[in-house]
Amino acid sequence: MLSRWIENQVWLGAAQAGITMVAALLVVWVTDRLKLGLKKDILVSLGRGIVQIVLVGFLLTVIFSADLWIAIPVILGMIAIASVMTIQRVKNIPNALWISLVGIAAGAGLVISVMTFLGVIEQALTSIIPIGSMMVYGAMNTNALMIERFRSEVTSHVGQIEAGLALGASPEQVIRPYTRRAVSAALTPNINGLRSLGIVWIPGAMAGMVLSGQNPAYAGFYQFVVSGSIFVTASITVLISIVLLRKQVFSKAEQLLLRAGEGV
Amino acid sequence: MVQEREHVTGQPEEPFLSVEGLTYQVDGQTILSGVSFEVWAGERVAVFGPSGVGKSTLIRLLNRLDEPTSGTIRISGQDYRDISPRLLRRRLGMVMQSPNLFPGTVADNLRFGPHAHGETLSDDMIRTLLSGVDLAGLEDREVSKLSGGEAQRVNLARTLANQPEALLLDEPTSALDQAAKRDVEETILSVINTQNVTCILVTHDRAQVTRLAERVLLLEDGRLVADGSIAEVLDAE
Ligand SMILES: Nc1ncnc2c1ncn2[C@@H]1O[C@H](COP(=O)(O)OP(=O)(O)OP(=O)(O)O)[C@@H](O)[C@H]1O
Ligand SMILES: [Mg+2]
Repeated sequence: MLSRWIENQVWLGAAQAGITMVAALLVVWVTDRLKLGLKKDILVSLGRGIVQIVLVGFLLTVIFSADLWIAIPVILGMIAIASVMTIQRVKNIPNALWISLVGIAAGAGLVISVMTFLGVIEQALTSIIPIGSMMVYGAMNTNALMIERFRSEVTSHVGQIEAGLALGASPEQVIRPYTRRAVSAALTPNINGLRSLGIVWIPGAMAGMVLSGQNPAYAGFYQFVVSGSIFVTASITVLISIVLLRKQVFSKAEQLLLRAGEGV
Repeated sequence: MVQEREHVTGQPEEPFLSVEGLTYQVDGQTILSGVSFEVWAGERVAVFGPSGVGKSTLIRLLNRLDEPTSGTIRISGQDYRDISPRLLRRRLGMVMQSPNLFPGTVADNLRFGPHAHGETLSDDMIRTLLSGVDLAGLEDREVSKLSGGEAQRVNLARTLANQPEALLLDEPTSALDQAAKRDVEETILSVINTQNVTCILVTHDRAQVTRLAERVLLLEDGRLVADGSIAEVLDAE
């Protein structure tokens, strides 16, 4: 209906977003009447959400007109921001910023370059940047989950870890059950996501391709490329991060530094 | 134990353990302050004092689970920082207050220490160790099915599997009820008697001191305030 009256695509988008905003504001009004105490949270989130995503849209229009090489600084920038966001979520882990940076950079960097080189990801900014952002985002979430789980496993098994050390075992050996658990717990949502691909939920990449009129069968394959690559990126990221992380919780003299309620 | 000691203690004129000015501070708080004493091979020493005076801290420092702020420890004359932490911890075997057994069977737990430095504990050794702590026949029992007293004896046997030159026992019976406590005490006594192993025992139980030790180190607020025979230290108090 709207598209019959508005021809410019950007203005069309603005009108569509405006209607969505009205719907959301109706929800705010209802929650306010119900005294759910969410009014401020929702308003701030709606405001931030629309400003951020529209800015990114305009930014992408500019970026897409640039040379292909601009993908490198853009992706690196995303990795840096993702690392900073990771350490806001995990407390009391020394060098968490560097650990995340190295882990995400290695995972995302490797998968994006190999996939782009092979042409699995089209060598165009319109593919590399959105797909790259999904990989970085997935790696960030998985890594934050892994670090948090690792910390809680260690702080709740201090007795057994120190018992192992006291028996002359190496830090790597005594920490192994907990590194394993942290990694598998972090990857589980990802694995479940792969299993439920297409059931009820048509994920972002496929939905976008179908919306823009591409062959749905191709879109299905391509969604697997995206989801599979996110999984591989996240796995490489956590496997590298855990090796770095493990070193942080022991001193040179192989003493456990991370205890319950304490920072290191 | 059947096998011979791996490590030879130094010349007889030298104390086995020499603690020199050991100080431990955390967050600006002094927990141990200038603690010095010597322990000779074969001695049984109790570290005695009320709760919170730094007894566990001292034992943890001896096992190098924590790093002292200053001071050092010599083992047969050698600065303990010149010994790898793993070897040091095998030589000074520690038994903590709670068993902290690893999931699995009793035998799995006994194999852990030797396995950590690339040795396999034979089934014969496992049987010998278990009968030494009055748990003959329990090798295949899951540790989750042990009573508190049994678990603590597995804990002791697990440390003994490393053939330590000295045992560091941190309140080994304080988590147990009265009956189990006496049983475990008996076991400890028989182990240190048959193996003639040097023993440093932390306790705040006066009666336990008399039953298990012959010499007492009295701690007060992180300081060593007395060091002598039971008669000298405890009766003078
Ligand atoms: N890592 C630490 N950080 C802060 N304080 C600590 C730390 N470790 C020990 N302490 C403090 O040092 C003091 C001595 O503790 P320690 O556990 O050595 O006492 P203890 O004599 O073994 O007591 P208990 O008989 O209750 O076991 C206590 O006040 C304790 O709170
Ligand atoms: Mg204690």
